[in-house]
Amino acid sequence: MRALPVGDDALLVEVSSGEEAQALHAVLLRRRAEGTLTVREIVPAARTVLLDGLADPDRWAAELTTSRIPKAPSRARELIELPVRYDGPDLAVVAGHWGVTEREAARIHAGTEFTVAFCGFAPGFGYLTGLPDRYAVPRRATPRTAVPAGAVALAGPYTGVYPRSSPGGWQLIGTTDAVLWDHTRTPAALLAPGARVRFVPLGDA
Amino acid sequence: MSDRVLVVVRAGALTTVQDLGRPGYAHLGVPHSGALDPPAAALVNRLVGNPPDAAVLETTLSGCALRPRSTVTVAVGGAPGPVSVGGRPAAWGAPVVVPAGELLEVGAATAGVRGYVAVSGGIAVEPVLGSRATDLLSGLGPAPLTDGTVLPLGTPAGPPARVDGAPQPRPPAELVLRVTLGPRDDWFTAGAVRDLTTRAYRVSPASNRIGLRTEGPALERARPGELPSEGMVLGAVQVPPDGRPVVFLADHPTTGGYPVIAVVRAADLPAAAQAPPGTPVRFVPVRRR
Repeated sequence: MRALPVGDDALLVEVSSGEEAQALHAVLLRRRAEGTLTVREIVPAARTVLLDGLADPDRWAAELTTSRIPKAPSRARELIELPVRYDGPDLAVVAGHWGVTEREAARIHAGTEFTVAFCGFAPGFGYLTGLPDRYAVPRRATPRTAVPAGAVALAGPYTGVYPRSSPGGWQLIGTTDAVLWDHTRTPAALLAPGARVRFVPLGDA
Repeated sequence: MSDRVLVVVRAGALTTVQDLGRPGYAHLGVPHSGALDPPAAALVNRLVGNPPDAAVLETTLSGCALRPRSTVTVAVGGAPGPVSVGGRPAAWGAPVVVPAGELLEVGAATAGVRGYVAVSGGIAVEPVLGSRATDLLSGLGPAPLTDGTVLPLGTPAGPPARVDGAPQPRPPAELVLRVTLGPRDDWFTAGAVRDLTTRAYRVSPASNRIGLRTEGPALERARPGELPSEGMVLGAVQVPPDGRPVVFLADHPTTGGYPVIAVVRAADLPAAAQAPPGTPVRFVPVRRR
């Protein structure tokens, strides 16, 4: 684990895997809930957790790099089920990358338990991990100018669901009617870092 | 109370509602947002007797014109420019009474970029995640103002400040940004780090509330590719593939994959918000505090 200073009052804590980043994130959230960590933002990402707005980044750098962080997060988080139709325009492309039929690709995706590793790109857009590395797919060579809200999409090792219509370069494999982001709802984001997610096919997919 | 509203007669190039922003949601992908020049926004709020978290209007270069339906006290600050009420010149940087139905005209900035207009009671649009700020990256908060927009006003919290005017920093002729190196300076050649801190850059016209873009020497990478996405801070100097540093401002994305070579001191960012395109920029390395 490395703790890289970011400006005067932030720390980028870098670990060696996504699982470790999720575990570190869980530990830091617990420390904040206990009142032993005072910080403005805790932002998990692919291999890092950013602590922004720390009073004493040097002390935390020393403490974190000498403390023991579990290798993987606990599995005790809530499970969110997202109804899905595997009807995306790129399902055939993804199935081709995987070397399976479209029906089989849908079965593999729906048979996977995902974890929200982190959020970014847009409010409520979660980067979901869980697919084995061999199922990583490239982004589309030409991004779409408009991807509809609710599109279930793949890029690299991640699955994501577009919270609102936006441009996007991910491979679209399906559609959900779940509302990923609603700022009048509490919580506004359906998927927060650490949540477990399953896609539940509608109909016979 | 229904006449506690403000009618936007001329919205200007880009006028948004801003306040202290919405911290605490970066982990959900929600940008901080808020006024780009927080000291200027705080000052105009103080001049009209508003609390620091009251929402103000942030104008961009060309000002705006507003007509309140009831008598209000306003203060205009940030980028200096002409102010008039009902066609008669009025004070900039001081509390000014605008009688019901009169036109407040905030003219084009004579220096700087972002002007701030506080109105007694504050702009009372519905908050989103605790803030009324317009976030141009993610679309949270009210849309940028258009001609004819009617904005609700809050109830004045206290009397206007008993001052004739308040000193405000002049927009900079040269933008000097103190930076601490890292977290990803090791992704660049030693020459690139030297270029960043010794060569001359200029503010690019492509700058916006998301980032201050620069023109100048491209910074050479020591390694190719992108980082796995990582958290981004206000003031991060991110270097996209074209090699020209971008300083992240209030509406910056919460995560990103281009390496951050350095971070600008928070105290220097208000000046960055006031530097028009073409302004010379110098990045000066400093030690972390």
